[in-house]
Amino acid sequence: MKVTAQPSADTLTLLLDGELDASSAIVLDTELAKPDILNYRKVLIDCAKLSYISSAGLGVFISHLQRFQDANVKLVFFNMQEKVFNVFEILGLDALMTIVPSVTEAEAA
Amino acid sequence: MKSVLRIACSRKHLQQVRDFVRNYLSSRQLSEVMVNQVVLAVDEVVANFIIHANGEDETQFLDLEMTFDAHSLNVEIADHGDTIFLPAPHQNPDLRDYIRQGRKGGMGMTLVNRLMDRVEFFTRGNHTVCHLSKNVS
Repeated sequence: MKVTAQPSADTLTLLLDGELDASSAIVLDTELAKPDILNYRKVLIDCAKLSYISSAGLGVFISHLQRFQDANVKLVFFNMQEKVFNVFEILGLDALMTIVPSVTEAEAA
Repeated sequence: MKSVLRIACSRKHLQQVRDFVRNYLSSRQLSEVMVNQVVLAVDEVVANFIIHANGEDETQFLDLEMTFDAHSLNVEIADHGDTIFLPAPHQNPDLRDYIRQGRKGGMGMTLVNRLMDRVEFFTRGNHTVCHLSKNVS
């Protein structure tokens, strides 16, 4: 699992590459736990190369969501593969998180 | 056709488990979503055995066996550790509450129960065994 951060003015885009499981979730957790992430208005998660997510990976996002909301930082997922979106759907997380098809919609969200 | 895998109880072997399941399913004409659902269910049970039942003790090991019958895929995951690990009865987690609390865990077995048609944990001697099955016809 590789996480690449691309900061711009008020938006941080995180590109996820690989499989997010109980072994690799710590990499993403470390990135989302950085205090200065709350200085951005928006954190966009580019899921184009995210080929797998387990409950441990979902748990990382869930565990930071309230902290982001309290700091008025919007978390938006985009470019999600169907099989990964299916996992969010099965738990009902697609109704609780902002998931959009493309980067254009993510930037507008 | 039967396929088996033995792994030591370390989460670094989860990738190997997922590759094993994908490889086994590759002979069937299954959708990518269906394959991923089975991979995820097995990964979740194995991660639970590794982390919660065995405390990531690499001297312990798990055996996986995958078979097909007429309509179903069957997976047996046998824990050879001496701690009996029987997950609590399935409950539907309140995810809004999880978000408020910043909880990281507690969704794995919910996923497994929603992904597979049958999920059974039972004991065999001093060990715990999990059977998963899913209709893939």
